Order: sequence, then structure tokens, then C-alpha cells
Amino acid sequence: MRSTAQQAGRINPRSVVIWSVVALVGAAGWAVLALARGEEVSAAWMVAAALGSYAIGYRFYARFIATRVLRVDKSRATPAERLNNGIDFHPTDRRVLLGHHFAAIAGAGPLVGPVLAAQMGYLPGTIWIVAGVILAGAVQDMVTLFFSMRRDGKSLGQMAREEIGPVGGAAALLAVLAIMIILLAVLALVVVNALAESPWGTFSIGMTIPIALFMGFYLRVLRPGRITEVSLIGIALLLFALVAGRWVAESSWAGAFTLDKPTLVIWILVYSFVASILPVWMLLAPRDYLSTFMKIGTIGLLAVGVVVTLPTLKMEGITDFAGVGDGPVFAGSLFPFVFITIACGALSGFHALISSGTTPKMIQKETQVKMIGYGSMLMESFVAVMAMVAACIIDPGLYFAMNAPAGVIGDSVQSASEAVRSFGYSISPEQLAAAAKAVEESSLLSRTGGAPTLAIGVSDIFSEVVGGSGMRAFWYHFAIMFEALFILTALDAGTRVGRFMLQDMLGNLYKPFRRISWWPGLLLSSAVIVGLWGYFLWVGVHEPLGGINQLFPLFGIANQLLAAVALAVCTTLLVKSGRLKWAWVTAVPLVWDAVVTLTASWQKVFSSDPKVGFFQQRSDYQDAIEAGKVIAPAKNMDDMHTVVTNSTVDGVLSALFAILVVVVLVDAARTCLKAVRHPHSATMHEAPYEKSRLVEPAGLFPTKEEKAERAALAAAGPAEGTRGGGESGGEAR
Amino acid sequence: MRAVVRAASWVRWYVRELTDESAYERYVAHVRDHQGPQASVPSRREFERWRTDAREGDPREGFRCC
Repeated sequence: MRSTAQQAGRINPRSVVIWSVVALVGAAGWAVLALARGEEVSAAWMVAAALGSYAIGYRFYARFIATRVLRVDKSRATPAERLNNGIDFHPTDRRVLLGHHFAAIAGAGPLVGPVLAAQMGYLPGTIWIVAGVILAGAVQDMVTLFFSMRRDGKSLGQMAREEIGPVGGAAALLAVLAIMIILLAVLALVVVNALAESPWGTFSIGMTIPIALFMGFYLRVLRPGRITEVSLIGIALLLFALVAGRWVAESSWAGAFTLDKPTLVIWILVYSFVASILPVWMLLAPRDYLSTFMKIGTIGLLAVGVVVTLPTLKMEGITDFAGVGDGPVFAGSLFPFVFITIACGALSGFHALISSGTTPKMIQKETQVKMIGYGSMLMESFVAVMAMVAACIIDPGLYFAMNAPAGVIGDSVQSASEAVRSFGYSISPEQLAAAAKAVEESSLLSRTGGAPTLAIGVSDIFSEVVGGSGMRAFWYHFAIMFEALFILTALDAGTRVGRFMLQDMLGNLYKPFRRISWWPGLLLSSAVIVGLWGYFLWVGVHEPLGGINQLFPLFGIANQLLAAVALAVCTTLLVKSGRLKWAWVTAVPLVWDAVVTLTASWQKVFSSDPKVGFFQQRSDYQDAIEAGKVIAPAKNMDDMHTVVTNSTVDGVLSALFAILVVVVLVDAARTCLKAVRHPHSATMHEAPYEKSRLVEPAGLFPTKEEKAERAALAAAGPAEGTRGGGESGGEAR
Repeated sequence: MRAVVRAASWVRWYVRELTDESAYERYVAHVRDHQGPQASVPSRREFERWRTDAREGDPREGFRCC
């Protein structure tokens, strides 16, 4: 694609034509989305707007960052090449690593956020997903990957400590732990809301445990390392469990699998605690394989489904809730809460943990950070766009009935229908009942958390391609299973990571805690971590105001604040390495992100609107308790006290997150200032230059020069060229 | 026909790399490459055990996002 002529600064007419067409396609998509008023728009325009913009962003902005700002050096050996040990450090084919990295960053986040943000219409969310990823999210991922790669794959926490300072480093570490707790609670809440009173879903998800145990045994004892075959067996069993779920739901066993929310919470807590102390090979590793296969498969199917069916968006472009900020799904106005709600998919702090973990140890060539870091994030963003499509093609009346808390819409189809009318939409009680019946659920009311809404959208799309309306219920439960599967895996893995960090911290006080095999320490810290997120999960389920409604903004704020930490580390590094001129590349997203999240935290703490501000909420309910009154949606004094406790905890937590991040930002600013004033005092912790002996393409397709270079190397000495590289069979294409 | 075979073998290679099923062969090749063809290598069973148990030691390896 890139010819020598271009690199020399001359313009190639063919490429001008191609890129003009791409830009026009994207612009046409945006124009139709923005200008359509009062008529239904095809999802094709959304896909066109997104893909056109991604292509432009990748070709021009990402390339500019890679060559001018980061100055990636193809002659410099990466840690994978220098420290190759054949295990965790090894040069991995770029296409394989792209899959790896994408599978590691994509999860429930990009699927859930856009669904909730759809309450403000498809437009604000889509603009943020696409603009945010190009200018902020993908930049963060790529720059973090680059700097971690230059430091032999150091983690974000380590980089914060070494490059910013011990105070900023400690605050960053504490922030990561606190964020992990909220993340796990919200993810678990999504699963609880999706599985409550659903024998089909509960049975099929429950069956994943014996299936994973079997796979673990197979890999450990029967045929070690045969991951593909055991995964195929696992997927087959999983699909069978899904089909069997329907039989169970229709049989006399249904009662045993129809669980209410509090019971599900207990099961999930017990499961997560036990799973986190079992050996990795038994449950976690096989679950990981299953959920990765399901994830990539389903996302691929969804992309095909959306492009083949090109459904029509029924939601408005911008709803009234965007301006007023009194929406039932989450409270608060468009700014800042759309940017908080759509965390993953546009900008996700968690990705910085992945970009500074496994991936930098495997990358073959510095020039590939653009494809791996920026490219995978664009793919993730497209997943978020598809989730937005799925949420917006269902009837808006049904959308609001599913996503408003029970306290607002009541628990009968009649009351829900009335409440939906009061929001300005309409759906009859019969239609609500029919929608639940179509997917063989007892009720779809207040299925908050995003997963069930997404599943309805997915079942609409898939059943149009395969099976027709008869398959709706199957596809609905397929989508629920797909989300619940990787959320449950994340609960196990996340508890382990949290425990590891806690053990490390407690190890400062009492040495044996550091020894990860010390059983009392292991059990205690696992219990503490599960207890902490379990508390928020329990609160979320019993919250009269609606758990997702209260907790999701906290999760969003936490994730965006982590992004602020990552962007602060990146900006500090750019400044310290003498690139002040280019520091805006990460500083502008950092400022935007800090403004958005600190505004949101501020409103969550100080807003005088009780729907938004936690402390206002607390004092309103406290005053009512003292006056002996009960405020709806609370039903009795117990509910009133619950609300008071919960809003206090949530308010304190919002404040804590904000303070931690302000500490990191101030410390980063201090370091930057020092580096600008005394450029020579800035110490970098970069690994020294070593010449690379590998020749590998930077992008997906090798350019002419790259092919020639490789041919020249192969002619000079075949052994040199292939060393450490991918399998030769894979290089042919 | 040859194109189909080639495509199939590419898919097989890709899946094996993506799932890390090829980790053992890669490790053995690495050891032989560095310590000579006669170097002693663990059996596949030992290697795979050792690899999963390493994750126990640092659960941050292979962690996935939300």
C-alpha cells in the first residue's frame, strides 16, 4: 500500500483516489446519522461512518504517532528478540499477536457500556466511541505498549513508580486495586441480572463448570497441551448445554434452576472464592480457552450478522434524556456521563494493563506497535459500535422497560407500559409479555446491566440470518451464555490479580504474605478480595434505587481514571525523553479525560440533584428517616436505611478515586516540570539499544520493500532470517 | 485444490499459534537452537504442567480485560 514514492514525500495519485473515497464513505455515514430526523436510519450508515473514520485514523494519525512522535525504530531489537527464552519472551507473528491482544482487551465492557448509553440516543454514544478511540483510546494503548516494550515489558504500576515517583506510583497501585474491586462487582451484577429467574440461562451457565473441569483434566492428564481439540470438544459440550437448557427449563427441574438474585449472589461468591484458590489448570485455564473461542467466534458472527442484515435503528439519534439528564438507565446529563458510561470501546484504562503486560514481551518489531496497539483497539471500538447497533434496533419502549430499575417501572407489564409512556415512548403490556415469551423468559422487565438488552438485539440479528423467529430464544440464551461465560472467567482471574496485589501490599507488613504458596495468607487475601467486591454486589442487588444505576457510573469513573493514570505516565515519558513538542498527543486526551472524569466525580459527590449526587441522596433520605417518611422507590424504613448506607459508601468511593488520580496527576506534572527545567536530570529507564537481526513487516500485508528486504536476508543466510520468526508456512501470504 | 490445502494449513498454523498449542515445539526448538541438538528437554507433559503452574505464581500473566 505504501510505496517508496510516498515515503519520499511524493504523492501517489492512486492512493489519493483511494483515500478520498474512504473519507467520502465515512463522511456520508456521519452526514446521514447526524441529519436524519424523525425517520429510521439503516445501521449501514453507522458501520460506514465507523469504518471510514477508523481507516483514516489508522492510516494517517496512527502512522504519524508511530513515525514522528514515538519514532519507532525497525533496526532496534524488541525484548522478544533480545530476551527470547522460548516461553514468555518470544517474537510472535504480528497476526497472531493481534489476535492475542484483541482477545485480551475485548470483553464485556465494550458490549455493556454502549447499551446503557443508548438511552441518550445512538448519536452521542457513537460519536464518542469513534472519535474517542481514534484520538484517545487507541493512542493510549499504542503509546503504553511502546513505552512498556522499550522497558522489557514493565507493568503500568512499575512504570508509574520508576518514571513519575514513589508517591504517584503508590497512588496508581492503590487505584488499580480499588478499580478492580468495583469492576468485579459490576460485572458480577450484570451476570446476576441476566440469570435471575432464568432456569435456561442458569442451567447452561452452571454446566460450564463441569465442562471446564473436564477440559482441565483432559489437558492435565489425558493429552497435555492439545488445546485446540479440547476447546472444540468443550464448545460442542457448551452448545449441547445450551440446547439442554431449554429442556431443563420446560421440565420439572426448572424449579431447581430458577434462582432469585440474592441466591445467585451467594452462588457466585462461593464459586469465585473456590475457583480462585483452585489450581489454575483445573478451572481457570480451560475456562479461558472456552471464553476466548466463544468471544472471537461470537464477535465475528455479530460483525457478519450486522453487515449482512443491515438492520434499521429504531432509537432516535438524540433522546430528551441527553439534555435533561433524568434518564431511567443512569442519571446525569450527556456531559460528562456519556463519556463515563462508554468506557471500554472508546478509552479504557484497563487496556493499559494489558498493553504493559504480556503483549510487549511478544512483539517482533517496534514498527508493529501501530498494528497491535492501535489496530486492536479499533477492532474493540467496532465491537462497541455493534453493541450500539444491537441496542438501537430493538423497540425503544422495550429498551426502556428492560433497562429502567424495578423501583421506577414496577413489576407488572401494565405498570411498566405506563412508566414507559411517561418517558415518552410506547409499548403495550401485551407487547412486553410477547417479547419475553419470544425468548422464553418469564419476564424482561428491569433486566438492567446491558447483557439482556444486547442479547435481544443479537437474537434479532442472528435469527434473521439463521433459524428465523423459531431460533430467537436459542440465540438470546446463546448471547447471555457468551457474556456470562467470560464474565465468570474474569471474576476468577480478577480475584487472583487482586489477591496477588493485596498479598504484595500485606507482605510489607508481614513477610510471609509475599509467599504466594502460604496457605493462610492465600485464603485470607482471597476472602478479603471476594468479600470486598461481594459487598458491592450484595449492595447492588438490594439497592432500592437500582444497582446498575448506582454502581455503573462508579465503574465508568474508575476505568476512565485508570486511563488518566496511563495517559499521565505516557505524557511524562514523552516529556522526559525530550519530546515536549509532541506531548500533546497524549496530553490532550489526558486533559479531556481528566476533565470528564473529575467533573463526573465532582457531580457524584457534590451535585444537589439527589439522582446524581450521592451525598445529596444520602441527606435527603436521612432527613426523611428522621421525619419518619418513606421516599419512593424505597418501600419501607429498611430500604431507606439501605439507601443511606449505600450512598455514603458510593460517595466516599467516588471521592477516593478522584483524590488518588489527582495525586498521580500532580506528581506527574511535577516530574514533567522538572524534566522541562532540567532536561539533563531526567533519568530514563529504557533498555539500551541493541541491533535487531529480524526482518518483519510492520503492517498486516508486507510492502514491496519489506518483501525485498526479506528476500535479501534469506539470500544472505537462511538461518539468520528465520530465527525466532513465525513459522515459515505462515509467512507465505 | 492446492489453494484449499494451503488455506487449511494456514488456518491450522494460526489456531495453534493463537491458542499457544505450539508453545512446546517452540520451546524445544529454542532450547535445541541455543544448547545444541542433544540438549535435554522436558517432556510435553512436564512442560505443560510447568507452564500452567507458572500462572499460579503471577496471575497477572495472561490476565484479560473487562
